[in-house]
Amino acid sequence: MIRSELVQKIAEENPHLYQRDVERIVNTIFDSIIDAMSRGNRVELRGFGAFSVKKRESRIGRNPRTGESVNVDEKHVPFFKTGKLLRDRLNGKA
Amino acid sequence: MSEQTLTRMDLRDAVYQEVGLSRNESAQLVESVIEHISDTLAKGEQVKVSSFGTFSVREKGPRIGRNPKTGEEVPIHPRKVLTFRPSHLMKERVAAGNKA
Repeated sequence: MIRSELVQKIAEENPHLYQRDVERIVNTIFDSIIDAMSRGNRVELRGFGAFSVKKRESRIGRNPRTGESVNVDEKHVPFFKTGKLLRDRLNGKA
Repeated sequence: MSEQTLTRMDLRDAVYQEVGLSRNESAQLVESVIEHISDTLAKGEQVKVSSFGTFSVREKGPRIGRNPKTGEEVPIHPRKVLTFRPSHLMKERVAAGNKA
């Protein structure tokens, strides 16, 4: 399933809404999650999972082609942990 | 900056402020989005949200695990796990926003 199919399904279930409003709603949800993480916050959706930010320490990397050492700065990366209910559902347990 | 946790309520408020719907209906739409994604994944199908990321289901084979406390061997059955691969946009925004 891709974003547009998700919008389509929600629009079908809500015939009183314009498709462009459904698009805005779906975009708002995903944008809010990215926004929160870019401010260093967690987003916890019980039963589904939690989005959080993990810190990667700076390290000395190596250019695999030349073997040259390079400094890799500390950075923050997005992380998702699956919720218990969804994990169980994937395995047909709920 | 102290870390905060956002929940469904915050997403509902964001939707409520963006579109002229009631709080109740906004909450239902947030739930509906989460449910469609979950249902699709539960069927073993991938969910690709452009400029957000991709959720995919991976099969893990059986292996022998060990109870770390007792050292006892326990079989771990084959199972399905979910992986999330963030989009470039998400990675960039998260990296830029948290820069020291």
